[in-house]
Amino acid sequence: MIVAKRKPFEEIKEMLKGYKKVLTVGCGTCVAVCLAGGEKEVDVLNAELDMAMKLDGNPVDLGAATLERQCDREYLEALDETVKEYDAILSMACGAGIQFLAERYPEKPVFPAVDTTFIGVNQDVGWYEERCRSCSSCVLGFTGGVCPVTMCAKGLFNGPCGGTNKGKCEVSKDQPCAWQMIYERLKKQGRLDCILKIQPSPDWQNQTPRTVIQPGYKKTEGHAEEKKG
Amino acid sequence: MRLDYPSNIKIIKVPCTGKVDVLHLLRAIQKGADGAYVVGCLEGACHYNEGNLRARERVNHVRMLLEEVGIEGDRVRMYNLSSGEGPTFAAYAKEMTENIRKLGPNPLNRADRKPKG
Repeated sequence: MIVAKRKPFEEIKEMLKGYKKVLTVGCGTCVAVCLAGGEKEVDVLNAELDMAMKLDGNPVDLGAATLERQCDREYLEALDETVKEYDAILSMACGAGIQFLAERYPEKPVFPAVDTTFIGVNQDVGWYEERCRSCSSCVLGFTGGVCPVTMCAKGLFNGPCGGTNKGKCEVSKDQPCAWQMIYERLKKQGRLDCILKIQPSPDWQNQTPRTVIQPGYKKTEGHAEEKKG
Repeated sequence: MRLDYPSNIKIIKVPCTGKVDVLHLLRAIQKGADGAYVVGCLEGACHYNEGNLRARERVNHVRMLLEEVGIEGDRVRMYNLSSGEGPTFAAYAKEMTENIRKLGPNPLNRADRKPKG
């Protein structure tokens, strides 16, 4: 899932300077699961802000709301009436959710309370590791389930470099060499010939925001325009 | 055992300190308590395995959050003892009270008394 980390408290406090009524909005999906921006984290942040601002001598009216997701308009709708009473919104959702929120309420300043970090897996409570860089060209089937884009420091798509050193990357002793891991996996499966197959490179230049429309759900063009507005 | 310990201490019973949440401690300070402390089983002897270890992590986290806010983190502490150690319980109660007396009242209470603007 998407993993995020709450911003340093000082940074959040600084962002909210000058606003008298702030609504903190949490998200019940990715950021709740990675313990960064769910309902409980909203309450903890609000408690901290309330105390800090009282100590500074300018108390702020803080509201709290947690939606199922901020990246789906059907859930944002529930916030429409509440938002009217606030000067600013502090969102604890991932970058995608924050943008949808800001798009829906363009006259209200929306501030991020978390830094969206990566797509990752859960090793233990509160411990997450990056595994995917959403390159749109998944070759995990041919690398024994080890992602060359994410796990290789250089993102080498078709084989190791000369810097692999006793299973570690030349970048750091603590960074395992992804291609070493790929080799070992494929060896176990008896599929080392996969390394010899050259995979066409992914779209490394993915600079413009991408769109996915699942086949079978295509709407007519008119409808798509209506939804955006 | 009829031991004496300071009367300013209010006890909230929980089945295991693992039940105590970060928000419980934060709210206590937010609502004006001068201090809060968690008393749990000796480490390694938690009746429910590791509840007291989780409480330790949470208490440490709250101490850090309070420092971030500008309040003394030492207002929240954790003590470990066995349920048979009556005199130790009283000693910790006296120690915590001394600690809070030294730190003074909750800064939030002082802030409230200041006239606005």
